[in-house]
Amino acid sequence: MSTNTCRPFILAALAIAGTAFGAGDVALEKAAIDPGNVNSLQRGAANFMNYCSGCHSAKYVRYKTIGKYLSLSEEQLIDNLMFNAEKTFETINAAMPEADAERWFGKAPPDLSLVGRAKGADYVYSFLKGFYVDANSPTGVNNHVLQHTSMPHVLWQLQGYQQAVYTEHSEEDAEGRAVTTQHFEGFEPVTEGSLDAEDYDLFVRDTTNFLAYIAEPIRSDRRKLGVWVLIYLFVFLIIARMLKKQLWKDVT
Amino acid sequence: MARIEAEVGKPKGGFMKWIDDRFPFTSTMKYHATEYYASKNFNFWYVFGVLAMVVLVIQLVTGIFLTMNYKPSADEAFASVEYIMRDVEWGWLIRYMHSTGASFFFIVVYLHMFRAMLYGSYKKPRELIWIIGMLIFFVLMAEAFAGYLLPWGQMSYWGAQVIISLFGAIPGIGDAIVEFIRGDYSISDITLNRFFALHVIALPLALIGLVFVHIVALHEVGSNNPDGIEIKEHKGPDGVPLDGVAFHPYHTSKDLVAIIIFLMVFSSVVFFAPEMGGYFLEHANFEPANLRATPEHIAPVWYFTPFYAILRAVPDKLWGFILFGLSVLLPAALPWLDRSRVKSIRYRGWMYRTALALFVVSFLGLGWLGTQPADGAYVIAARIFSVVYFAFFLLMPYYTAVDKTRPVPDRVVYHG
Amino acid sequence: MSDEDMDRIDRNRRHFLTVATAVTGLAGAGLVAIPFLSSLKPSARAQALGAPVEVPIDSLAPGEMVRVLWRGKLVFILRRTDDMLSRLGENDSNLRDPNSDVAEQQPDYCANETRSVRPAYLVVEGACTHLGCAPLEDFELRPADNWNGGFFCPCHGSKFDLAGRVFKGVPAPTNLRIPPYRFVRDDLILIGQDTGAA
Repeated sequence: MSTNTCRPFILAALAIAGTAFGAGDVALEKAAIDPGNVNSLQRGAANFMNYCSGCHSAKYVRYKTIGKYLSLSEEQLIDNLMFNAEKTFETINAAMPEADAERWFGKAPPDLSLVGRAKGADYVYSFLKGFYVDANSPTGVNNHVLQHTSMPHVLWQLQGYQQAVYTEHSEEDAEGRAVTTQHFEGFEPVTEGSLDAEDYDLFVRDTTNFLAYIAEPIRSDRRKLGVWVLIYLFVFLIIARMLKKQLWKDVT
Repeated sequence: MARIEAEVGKPKGGFMKWIDDRFPFTSTMKYHATEYYASKNFNFWYVFGVLAMVVLVIQLVTGIFLTMNYKPSADEAFASVEYIMRDVEWGWLIRYMHSTGASFFFIVVYLHMFRAMLYGSYKKPRELIWIIGMLIFFVLMAEAFAGYLLPWGQMSYWGAQVIISLFGAIPGIGDAIVEFIRGDYSISDITLNRFFALHVIALPLALIGLVFVHIVALHEVGSNNPDGIEIKEHKGPDGVPLDGVAFHPYHTSKDLVAIIIFLMVFSSVVFFAPEMGGYFLEHANFEPANLRATPEHIAPVWYFTPFYAILRAVPDKLWGFILFGLSVLLPAALPWLDRSRVKSIRYRGWMYRTALALFVVSFLGLGWLGTQPADGAYVIAARIFSVVYFAFFLLMPYYTAVDKTRPVPDRVVYHG
Repeated sequence: MSDEDMDRIDRNRRHFLTVATAVTGLAGAGLVAIPFLSSLKPSARAQALGAPVEVPIDSLAPGEMVRVLWRGKLVFILRRTDDMLSRLGENDSNLRDPNSDVAEQQPDYCANETRSVRPAYLVVEGACTHLGCAPLEDFELRPADNWNGGFFCPCHGSKFDLAGRVFKGVPAPTNLRIPPYRFVRDDLILIGQDTGAA
């Protein structure tokens, strides 16, 4: 699915996130992932295992599946990706027990097997770039895409902290009262992280790419097979049409 | 050129005779295939009946295989669908075929029904075929609705919540009915379990039975055609309608071409766009049902949206429900609402043509509006389209009676 | 060309096209059957659950037997005593396949006199080769009946010796099957995998 076709849905998905604000209006940044780029997927897998899998599971995904598509050998899988598992046929579980997670964060971090499909790549990409400093939040940060998320900014060492910049517009409503609306302009950095902006974008893009991939691992397979199916049907169509024309010569 | 005698038509000895003495095989084949004569001038619109059969078979076969791995319990349903998608070899293909098939069933059936409206196929002597067809449509809606709950995703859950709650609008007994349908105080594991039973056993059985009766009734009166002429009124010396050709091999060879083209379209969706931009597989349904958070925007799957838009256009719960019900039921009355002397649109006047065009626009318009949020201009538009939708049916006895029709020829129009 | 010629040519072409359509259609139907039938094979989860099983044998005393499950199948691990081993050859003439000639019933490395990797340890599937019942152990010596100890199937009376070899004159056709296994350490057996990567 192209990122374009995700758009209408993402708006709905945002709504599902249950935000009190009109989050549906948040413009998402294009993730511009390349699902065919195995290097990007490999980096994304490493990012996921290092930064996400401590708290998030991907419980429908088996390491073995990933290894096959990302051209990683069993040894590479075990040495580089499998921190929470021993066997390649195991599914990706979070290191943190769910009960602890619920106590610490108020709710268990969601499983990420399908997030690439349920929310779309642009959402994931914008979410991971959307943390900003908010003194009123228990985690010290808020998220532009998902307001009041209970997730802390786990990537702060990489990205650094940023703050949201708003411009205020004053208007008069129908009854002549002044109404101030805040308009989101963008982010500006507060502290520096270990990655510069470009590298952080790449980091997030790779991670998003990986999440989109595990949401539907057979995607590239089905497309390849689809071509053959259509070729077969086309040949069958030609033959069947010749037979039909031949038989219908009888009908005058 | 001589007509070629079809294989099955040849007199058989030996084994076939042994069978035929005990089971009416050859005579049934003749009655329904090799000596069932349908008009030779069938056009594009006449392929959707057989395509509906093809989709039915696809749904039955894929459904059986899905049932082998699906678990009808609130705890396991969502995971079992992902299990099918990932762990079962080729499970993804079977599941995509089934989910795509559901949408194509409605595409094909809507076009099949539209054909009947184009050429007056529901008119005497085919009223009963139409009524049975409408019953098939009702069962199909129930089947699709029950099936949609099974993946136990967000849309499954909240969609079912909304539609089942509709019955709560019935005065007095509404709440009791809702509870009776759910079998619980909310949609739960119990509801899922009974919907599963309905989806895999009860409704498919009813569907197959009704389809059988639909075809038996059709073959008794014979198929209509784009000219709306009874071909049986002009028979040759051999008793064969002059404008008819045998269903097999002539229509079957033609249908095969249509089936292959259909399968190409179907495969394109299955292999290249199984979600169909969120219309065939809704994105929110990739999240497991969450009883604590309703999606802000709930739309039923696209095939229910025309009726859903009518429901929402009415600012009253009970009347919304009544008009919703009527909009689904009214088409069943077509044979008696239509007073025209002719069947086919080819010989009808401007009034029916205009009315049908407006009906199509309103149906498609309502369908689109049903997927959109219900506010502002959308509600106004939905109300206008709803009025057009009902006017099409309720004014039909008038405009079809006064509409100026053109003379119908004796024989069908066919350009070999 | 006369009408009859036309007719004949048409018939040939028609026949050819009918056959071509039927063959193409049947080939397609056959290909479609592949995914449906393949979906019935053990899934990735079944394969994961059917993974090799590690069995510690440090507490297994001579003459003792443990039952474990591998892929849902019963597997016996018997630590044979020296006495049991020495009597193994005595009944060869009463056995149907004393030399383990039926290749499917054991890995190559177990096609020996004791049908095992290490003589003391018998690792054998607890499924009678007749109809799959679980045989009972009967390690008592009854020289009068030519019985040096072995397994006895309660369903239809098949008998096997202490290497899982079948006796003559019973319904079971072949010896009990030996699963692939190897010793990870002296006190740890891995059932379901012989060699290769872990």
